[in-house]
Amino acid sequence: MQSTTLILLLAAIAVSAFYLGRSRSLALVGGPRKGSALHSLPGYYGYFTAIWCLLPALAAMLIWISLEARIIVAIVISGLPDAQQALSAGELDLLVNNIRNLAAGDVVSGALDSVLSDAAIRLQELTSISRNMLTVLTLGLAVVGGVVAWLRIKPDFRARNRVEHIVLIALIVASSIAIFTTIGIVLSVLFEAIRFFREVPVAEFLFGLNWSPQTAIRSDQVGSSGSFGAVPLFTGTLLITGIAMAVAVPVGLMTAIYLAEYSTSRVRGLAKPLLEVLAGIPTVVYGFFAALTVAPWVRRAGETMGFEVASESALAAGLVMGIMIIPLVSSLADDAINAVPAAMRDGALGLGSTRSETMIRVILPAALPGIVGGILLAVSRAIGETMIVVMAAGLAANLTANPFEAVTTVTVQIVTLLVGDQEFDSAKTLAAFALGLMLFVVTLLLNVVGLNVVRKYREQYE
Amino acid sequence: MNGLATTREKVEAGLRRRRRTERVFRLTGILATTVGVLFLGVFFADLIGKGSSAFFQTFIQLDVEFSEDILGPGSTVDLEYADFDGLARSALRRAFPEVTSRGERRELNRLVSVGAGYQLRDMLVADPALLGARRSVWVPASSTVDMFMKGNIDPALDEALRPLSDPQIGWIKGLQDRGRIAKHFNRALFTNGDSREPELAGIRGALMGSFYMLVVTVLLAFPIGVAAAIYLEEFAPRSRWSDLIEVNINNLAAVPSIVFGLLGLAVFINWAALPRSAPLVGGLVLSLLTLPVIIIASRAAIKAVPPSIREAALGIGASQMQVVFHHVMPLAMPGMLTGTIIGMSRALGESAPLLMIGMVAFIVDVPGGFSDPATALPVQIYLWADSPERAFAERTSAAIMVLLGFLLLMNLTAVIVRKRMERKW
Repeated sequence: MQSTTLILLLAAIAVSAFYLGRSRSLALVGGPRKGSALHSLPGYYGYFTAIWCLLPALAAMLIWISLEARIIVAIVISGLPDAQQALSAGELDLLVNNIRNLAAGDVVSGALDSVLSDAAIRLQELTSISRNMLTVLTLGLAVVGGVVAWLRIKPDFRARNRVEHIVLIALIVASSIAIFTTIGIVLSVLFEAIRFFREVPVAEFLFGLNWSPQTAIRSDQVGSSGSFGAVPLFTGTLLITGIAMAVAVPVGLMTAIYLAEYSTSRVRGLAKPLLEVLAGIPTVVYGFFAALTVAPWVRRAGETMGFEVASESALAAGLVMGIMIIPLVSSLADDAINAVPAAMRDGALGLGSTRSETMIRVILPAALPGIVGGILLAVSRAIGETMIVVMAAGLAANLTANPFEAVTTVTVQIVTLLVGDQEFDSAKTLAAFALGLMLFVVTLLLNVVGLNVVRKYREQYE
Repeated sequence: MNGLATTREKVEAGLRRRRRTERVFRLTGILATTVGVLFLGVFFADLIGKGSSAFFQTFIQLDVEFSEDILGPGSTVDLEYADFDGLARSALRRAFPEVTSRGERRELNRLVSVGAGYQLRDMLVADPALLGARRSVWVPASSTVDMFMKGNIDPALDEALRPLSDPQIGWIKGLQDRGRIAKHFNRALFTNGDSREPELAGIRGALMGSFYMLVVTVLLAFPIGVAAAIYLEEFAPRSRWSDLIEVNINNLAAVPSIVFGLLGLAVFINWAALPRSAPLVGGLVLSLLTLPVIIIASRAAIKAVPPSIREAALGIGASQMQVVFHHVMPLAMPGMLTGTIIGMSRALGESAPLLMIGMVAFIVDVPGGFSDPATALPVQIYLWADSPERAFAERTSAAIMVLLGFLLLMNLTAVIVRKRMERKW
């Protein structure tokens, strides 16, 4: 049976369980008029029955589906002749893949033999048996769970408390998904990174000056070793981030100041949504703009001024990234400026200072922690930005501080190392996870510090 | 007395300088604000200038004879292998009888897209009675002809430097004189999947991929996000654990999206063995990505419900759970929905994590389900932006316009939901 039909059936059973449970509770006390004799509202008895119908069935279904494929493959392998069982893990994987394709009716690589087709038939049989067992198991559990719950219904049964308890557990589970996501990120990146550092020493990765991750397929090929010194990537990332911040911080800050202090409310009402549009444009669109419009423009401008400009210069990517970050800086700066108590501003103005003096000498110093926190968040955003640099920055890892040259960044390398087909456990792909680990740690630090500063500062004036 | 006068003099002496600083400061502010707005203007002008032409496409009118000599007699027409391209070729040859040499004929054939054959096949499938008949058909021109018609190929350029030869340009002029070449609305852009031929490439596949992903995302992220927000706002005791969750959510909202892609690759694809390139996996990754956005927005919405509502409900005997689900949640729903829509629009524009889970493959078929290989609209933009053909640059801009259109629609909905349903207390 299809899993969608199974789920629909389960839903149908649960709905009928709700009504059965509800009507039983009412029947026990003698009709809807005597409902007040029940401990809980009748609906809660229904919910209680439906929940016990669904929960065990769904749990069993999840466990079954997650284990199913592995167990079936193990049975199929154990049924193969000894010659195949003696194969290495990699060859066995290939064989299993072939059997799977054959069972699905797809084209198979290599010669067809009776062993393979027998195994494929066996795989098909086992899969259909497993599906049938799954159907029986989940529907059976649903019915049994529902019946047990239904039998437990008594007038003084505390159904509401039970249901609410289960709902509370569900809420707690939902809220801990954020934690699990973080743990998932840390573990997945960390494990692969540790495997990478077994092949490449940490010191070489952190301090090596040469990055060329191309590992050869055969060990006797020229240049097979691949070198994984990530310093050029870090400097490239810093260069582009620096250019972006050089655009975003002054522009964003001055925009926030102008909109908060000088502009009429009409200008503010117009400019703010426009800046929000800027924040809502997807990064891939910025990347397209950077690569096809800004980069040629920067190149032409540079050449008329007599500079040698690479077509994928750091400047183009950085400029566009800076524009992308303007709204982030300006909105965080706006928050910080608005959080400064009006009394400080009025006091400064009352003593005769001009608006710019008030801003520079009183409000900005007071808002500085908030602004710095915002800038840290913006830096973290720039470091982690991917699409703009993938499309507009280069691939070659140059160790340079010249904004007219092409540099590459950590995110660009992660993408190029992982896009396309390759073995998962080569040093090349694992390197992407090591870079991911660096990226995660650095942005996490910036975020934690930035968020803390912003929050502390906000609390201080509240 | 004297002291006061000197103070006054001091102030007046500095006044000009201070006023100038003030003006400069103010001007810098205006400049800074203009930079952002100006960029937006330049950006949209550039985009529309580049992309609007992609919504129209050059077609050539051919008098096609569905000849049995070419397709094979009557009932035996093999729809897979019959020479439908040959129909288009012979029609072209009839239109230009003066072209006789082999080399010239080959150049003539290049005027028409390879999609013409498919179009003629589909016509025959729809109406088998066409066999042997003659029809006037508009077939797509090849992308170079299209580029020429849109003025992107300069005929004054040296012949070796342009993709169209002199005779080809002559034939195009000939067709123009006879009114047999024209630009029509580019339906293929919205009905086709990806293609190597620019004139046949469309965004339907990418749109459907994005749609399936957003369905998964909204089904997962909305209930989980709302539930998490309710727990954190209404039930969580102030403890280490809830502080940890809070810090975590704020951090996750700022983690680079590509890191979520790494998570998806390691957990969903390598560990859980889910299919690569599937909207299901993309949706899972995007729901983890949007979850923090939804939680933060929902918490703000719950916070905005005044405590008096809760106290009144508690006072007449509702349980805490009933207070939340019967009173607080309905009142906070507009804010939650707004947050969800904004989260969805972020998910729709996201591409970096999708690159990690293999959604960058070249996929011609329009996906029909959650586990079919698919791309997403932003990834399609990325793929097309990489193509060297001029015609793809135009299509990229058009795809961007479609994407921005959807984003605009979603954000407008969010604004309307907020305006319509929000209550002031």
